[in-house]
Amino acid sequence: MLELLDIHKHYGSLRANDGVTIAVERGSIHGILGENGAGKSTLMKVLAGFITADSGEIRLDGESLPTGSTKRSLESGVGLLHQDPLHCMPFSVLDNFMLGRPESFILDHSTAQAELNRLSDEFGFSLDPDVPVRTLTIGERQQLEIVRLLSLGIRVLILDEPTTAISAEQRTSLFATLRTLAGQGMIVLFVSHKLEEVDEICDRVSVLRLGRLVGEAELPVPTERLVEMMFGEMIVQSPRVTAEPGEPVIDLESISLHDRLVTLDDISVKVHTAEVVGLAGLEGSGQQTLLRVAAGLLSPARGSVRIGGETLTGRGYRRHLDAGVHYLPADRLGEGLVEGLTVKEHFALAGIEPQGFLLDWERASSEATARIEEFSVKGTVDSTPESLSGGNQQRLLLAMMPEKISLLVMEHPTRGLDIESAELVWTRLLARRSDRTAILFASADLDELLRYSDRIVVFFAGRILAVLDATETDSEAIGYLIGGKERV
Amino acid sequence: MDAVTIASIIAAATPLVYAALGETITEKAGIVNLSLDGTLLLSAMVAFATAQTTGSVLLGFAAAAGTSAIVAGIIAFSSIELKLNQIAVGFVLFLLAGDLSSLLGQSFVREPGPSVPPLNIAGLSDIPWFGKVFFSHNLSVYGSMVLIIVTYWYFYRTRAGLELQAVGERPEAAFARGIHVERLRYIYTFVGGAFVGIGGAAFSLDVKFGWSEGHVTNFGWIVLAIVIFGGWHPARAALGCYLFGALQVVALKLQPTFPSFTQVLGIMPFPVMIFMLVAINRPAFRSLGDRLGLFRRFLRAEAPGGLGTIFERG
Ligand SMILES: Nc1ncnc2c1ncn2[C@@H]1O[C@H](COP(=O)(O)OP(=O)(O)OP(=O)(O)O)[C@@H](O)[C@H]1O
Ligand SMILES: [Mg+2]
Repeated sequence: MLELLDIHKHYGSLRANDGVTIAVERGSIHGILGENGAGKSTLMKVLAGFITADSGEIRLDGESLPTGSTKRSLESGVGLLHQDPLHCMPFSVLDNFMLGRPESFILDHSTAQAELNRLSDEFGFSLDPDVPVRTLTIGERQQLEIVRLLSLGIRVLILDEPTTAISAEQRTSLFATLRTLAGQGMIVLFVSHKLEEVDEICDRVSVLRLGRLVGEAELPVPTERLVEMMFGEMIVQSPRVTAEPGEPVIDLESISLHDRLVTLDDISVKVHTAEVVGLAGLEGSGQQTLLRVAAGLLSPARGSVRIGGETLTGRGYRRHLDAGVHYLPADRLGEGLVEGLTVKEHFALAGIEPQGFLLDWERASSEATARIEEFSVKGTVDSTPESLSGGNQQRLLLAMMPEKISLLVMEHPTRGLDIESAELVWTRLLARRSDRTAILFASADLDELLRYSDRIVVFFAGRILAVLDATETDSEAIGYLIGGKERV
Repeated sequence: MDAVTIASIIAAATPLVYAALGETITEKAGIVNLSLDGTLLLSAMVAFATAQTTGSVLLGFAAAAGTSAIVAGIIAFSSIELKLNQIAVGFVLFLLAGDLSSLLGQSFVREPGPSVPPLNIAGLSDIPWFGKVFFSHNLSVYGSMVLIIVTYWYFYRTRAGLELQAVGERPEAAFARGIHVERLRYIYTFVGGAFVGIGGAAFSLDVKFGWSEGHVTNFGWIVLAIVIFGGWHPARAALGCYLFGALQVVALKLQPTFPSFTQVLGIMPFPVMIFMLVAINRPAFRSLGDRLGLFRRFLRAEAPGGLGTIFERG
């Protein structure tokens, strides 16, 4: 049995964990639910020895675990998949896999590679051992971490939002694995704010809010009760809104391009003003590549990119930016935010209104204050991105969007956001339709695609399999298409 | 080129090889030892003074290694425990160590003393050309050759080497895997520092025998440049050292031809080296690396991601 006893962790005056006590039985899958910034990641990092709690005790099978030492925690069999997986980016997949494993002094690459391949086959992951981790998607990096942790033979597996970037199919296989592992007596801690997932996979759930444990329940439990525990109130989802699409904003015609693992083959997509187009597909089926073409980060080998009637093929990111294209990457800390710079400095660098040569700190500061208020980022203008919770980093990125945008290109815009924040973010985004802003986004969340897009483009292996009207389809149909099959 | 010239290039580069590999090891672990120019002076002085007083060359090398390791250790300590900026501390130590070498070395200026005895390797030194180039030196030179191979092997073939690189690349990732970030940073700063000291000793007890004020000044800076442009790769750094050695030998050979330019020729290798290093770091050169699979690491090597940063636990 795993026991967390009265864990306290403060950052200055902020109580990230405020006396949390949780007990988990051997062989069970235990959910940790909570809104963004509730303190879930903090608690898990304490458990894994990654950060030292101010006070409190951790016991595994009655024995007290040392805190603040990852080495001792790993030796005791506690392993954590971080919300933003920690990798040495220039190192190869295999090097990252071997790092920290009890390898022989002289590295035996072939044995480690065999182990890596065996485990990834088991879960249906495909990981190329020789490429640098830098070239992997976040989803693939999570897969690498899961495989690595399991190869360490751990007894307590902590997954901090492991499903935010993997496909439905991979999730099914991951869940199957988790059940098997639990069946073998492993303790699985599953951090999420997706209620359906927790409901599907967990035996019990603990709910955190503002650093405190606010409720526990045996599953299944009615969803409304969990929502109420998480947010302290009921969340009403606003009804679907639509707007009349107008002129094409971006016209991607017969785009062909080879990018890493996927080859785009003759892809044509148009997005009109005030229209929302969602891209569905397994991770790496080509939707991310197309988004990067639309943002001007990649130039197509063949085909043309027209924005607002002007041909911009191969003209680069800067030109796209000037044409009113705004891009939100999936890798928040890697591409979107600068570690070490404060929120205010982010606004000074890339705020709503472009700054002159001399920075106007006052304006940056007031801009930052207003925007983090509007997007309810839990933090101050002096917080650095790494001190924000995962979901709040995402909100910050969204808050930094300029006013005048003709096309918004987003990868996983609400990844890591709880339903309340996701709803808030989409309300803000859809409000931009009144300025005729067009939106092109990719998501792994079928419900999100269905709720907010007008049209859904389904990708499979670099091709477009179907273009669907969002009001005339359902998640089941898309689910099949994503796997390359028509509904049977 | 004739064998004797090449042999003299290898000999001339030996102290630099020690220092550059030492600094590469330290920086791979994420710590910048900017004090190099001062440390080389101090360790050269200490080596000579010790060898002269005790009569033992070996003790001279050991004392130099120890001195330099202590200086490096101060940087590690102030970064890890006191969270001070490594560049600032390194610079202060550069000034301090340099001054200390002048102060403490006063009584050893232009004194005679023991030096590293030559050692031909029996059998191998008789091989035509090769024997002359590689096997007719002394222990200090052989040691530097072995060090290149061992460092390369250690970095890329051993578990400890992988951990060393991870600690410098992304300490959080290493820490998450149960690796003792602080401990390893201490160890490799010490070890790297010790090799820098051996480099200093290889100057004053061999290549640039003796001691005088400012005896090996500027070499530390060139070593720092070689480490950067060498892409933190041991073999590339060593190559940089030999290039510099070649420039020095060429300048020396030209001196009789242009007697009035002796001063200029003496310092020429420094700017020329910097230009060459800049040239080979052009993107074109690096993108070549992507195409040549085998040499990818050699050509593409880049700065450790966590170089000069302070690792803070939550
Ligand atoms: N290093 C830090 N310095 C200061 N504050 C921090 C630090 N790390 C976390 N916090 C704060 O602690 C609180 C809890 O953060 P935590 O990351 O645990 O939230 P979370 O429940 O994982 O949220 P999410 O669902 O968004 O990932 C947040 O308000 C966050 O800003
Ligand atoms: Mg979190």
